[in-house]
Amino acid sequence: MSIETTNEDLELSVLELDADSPKAAHRASEERASVSKPRGEAVARLSSLDTLESEAIHIIREVVAEFEKPALLFSGGKDSVVMLHLATKAFWPGKVPFPVLHVDTGHNFPEVIDFRDRTVERLGLKLVVGSVQEFIDSGELAERADGTRNPLQTVPLLDAIQRNKFDAVFGGGRRDEDKARAKERILSLRDEFGQWDPRNQRPELWNLYNGRHTVGQHVRAFPISNWTELDVWRYIERENIELPGLYYAHDREVFARDGMWRAVGEVSQPRPDEEVITKTVRYRTVGDMSCTGAVESAAATVRDVVIEVAASTITERGATRADDRISEAAMEDRKKDGYF
Amino acid sequence: MSTEIDTARAAALLDDAPLAHASLFRFATAGSVDDGKSTLVGRLLHDSKAILADQLDAVARTSADRGFGGSAGGIDLALLTDGLRAEREQGITIDVAYRYFATDRRSFILADCPGHVQYTKNTVTGASTADAVVVLIDARKGVLEQTRRHLSVLQLLRVAHVIVAVNKIDLVDFSESVFREIEADVQQVGRELGLGSDGITDLLVVPVSALDGDNVVERSERTPWYTGPALLEVLETLPAADELESHLESFRFPVQLVIRPQGALAPDAVAGGLDVEAYRDYRAYAGQITEGSVKVGDKVSVLTPGQDPRTTTVTGIDFAGAELTEAVAPQSVALRLADEFDVARGDTIAAAGTVREASADLYAALCWLSPKPLREGAKVLVKHGTRTVQALVRSVSGKLDLATFKLEGASSLELNDIGHAQLRLAAPLPLENYLHHRRTGAFLVIDPLDGNTLAAGLVNDHPGDHEDERYSI
Repeated sequence: MSIETTNEDLELSVLELDADSPKAAHRASEERASVSKPRGEAVARLSSLDTLESEAIHIIREVVAEFEKPALLFSGGKDSVVMLHLATKAFWPGKVPFPVLHVDTGHNFPEVIDFRDRTVERLGLKLVVGSVQEFIDSGELAERADGTRNPLQTVPLLDAIQRNKFDAVFGGGRRDEDKARAKERILSLRDEFGQWDPRNQRPELWNLYNGRHTVGQHVRAFPISNWTELDVWRYIERENIELPGLYYAHDREVFARDGMWRAVGEVSQPRPDEEVITKTVRYRTVGDMSCTGAVESAAATVRDVVIEVAASTITERGATRADDRISEAAMEDRKKDGYF
Repeated sequence: MSTEIDTARAAALLDDAPLAHASLFRFATAGSVDDGKSTLVGRLLHDSKAILADQLDAVARTSADRGFGGSAGGIDLALLTDGLRAEREQGITIDVAYRYFATDRRSFILADCPGHVQYTKNTVTGASTADAVVVLIDARKGVLEQTRRHLSVLQLLRVAHVIVAVNKIDLVDFSESVFREIEADVQQVGRELGLGSDGITDLLVVPVSALDGDNVVERSERTPWYTGPALLEVLETLPAADELESHLESFRFPVQLVIRPQGALAPDAVAGGLDVEAYRDYRAYAGQITEGSVKVGDKVSVLTPGQDPRTTTVTGIDFAGAELTEAVAPQSVALRLADEFDVARGDTIAAAGTVREASADLYAALCWLSPKPLREGAKVLVKHGTRTVQALVRSVSGKLDLATFKLEGASSLELNDIGHAQLRLAAPLPLENYLHHRRTGAFLVIDPLDGNTLAAGLVNDHPGDHEDERYSI
């Protein structure tokens, strides 16, 4: 029914026809019972993960073929790690033909920065870093009252895009993350100011992606738009993809704030009334340390996480991102201003 | 603060790992104003447990603020699908929104297409990638002009499965006679259009109440006269378009780019034991199979615009270090060929002898999606497969009245019009009739000035051609 192996077997038939598998044959006969179509030929079927992977690789290749200078946003977070994995598959046995770009808030988890650097070195990639700290130091950005730096990433991001003349930027955004993202195109045009205009988007038809843009405009490309959080985790499991350790259960000193567990760290200190305790936690997203919360979890392996995600009753952003709780339109507002 | 675990659901999804084998199914919804489409979508997501607790809480708060008193515990399910601030404020849907849910049989991608604003643009967009489209009808109103327009567009776009959901069946007291009358009207429209009787599409009619959930996920006891499956059952069991087409049509593969590392190998390829020297001459053509399947040893034609087709043999199908013996649409792979032709992006590799001669004369139906009208004599870009060429609009030969299905005289096309036109291309393209080739028969019309997409194009046969005629090469 699906491609079972992608890397281990050198010779494999990708197709199991319906007739080969009793279970599949049973399902096929059910289908024929409910739809009276005179078309009984055996058909091959890809699993949903195979289809999503093929779609993402097609998009990555289209962008590389049609743009002058693409780059991939790479934070060390799971979605960007999956994006980079897909890029290595798209151009195999060649190298990934574009640099990676990270906007460093200065509040990142140290282990995620380590992971970023190791990955870039392992794949022999060029890393471009836009630094929020540098913009604060030079007075071009001001620290927010709440200490959150996620919303401050937009300025260094646009600066890095313009300075490096990137005309396409890959992101790991998914439409299931947020109501505004659910309406964004796979190739999303940004104006000279990096702004997204949700009411004036190009229709996206068939698998024909229109990336044409004028000087000064650029395009954000979201090849895993159609993946869900569970798809990402199932893919990480299937492909045996390495992630930063904080995605898996570990003991950590935390304190409760805004209904989330916050890690104790240099930029994330408890107030006097907030009690610090040690909990077994993991992260569902890894953003800025000052606004990303941990969830209590005993999921220590990728298998455990897949089961947890499949069973979870709260969305990943709802569970762990203070920045999305600001208002119902928080993500839409940040995206309009040029955010990821 | 802790992640709540619904272990029964986890077990249902992961035991026996049905998800690992579940296929992907894309469908769209289309409807008129106030026919309950958002409620139906919300119901599908809610009852298939795709709505998570925090999303439901947010919607419950808003429902309470607005004094909503319907079913589902007083939650206005329509609110689940409003994405943008303006949509929430105005209570309307502006743009196509994509939703995701899974059952233990399938993963679904739902393109939720608004009905009242620019319905042609949204329906064409949603239907272009859909395996099925659900069209809503209000049981109290029956088949409206809008319904005829929707069905007309879906027939034109050759959507494999059209499902008409007769909604608000509760408001006509679950009346069989009302349903049967509407069903007969729908089938009559289908016959007029050739929808469901052309051997390509099928047309199903299901009575539902989105508000109360009848026949949405579970079959309803309140419609004992309806013995067919509930809507979700239909969606779970219909074959996806690729499943239908992969053996019916021949292999088509637009070349996206040439993979030629020339020694610049990926570190994992080297670590995996690849010899840099052996891969110095590696050359493969990367692309996504748009139709059909290909095996190592198959004879294929390389179609390069302006050149005679060249025939060669597939010697390898590579995918990220795996050598495949066979691949099928919609897989992304890299093909190696026996002969060292000059093959580049924009060329098409196809099963030998199955593609008609490339042509610079393009006859097509155009779904006009831009506020900027089409005029005869306009210069545009045509994006077909992986090639973009300049084109001149020679003539507009008429536009469709979607309600009567008749062609009217017209010399220009405006936003949301669907018409026929003839274009002259700057370079010939391997164009195929959209009726039989949903990918290689499709193209975009692009504005060369600002790059915006102007129209969705569906290739027609040249006048005088027989529909099915293919030239041997």
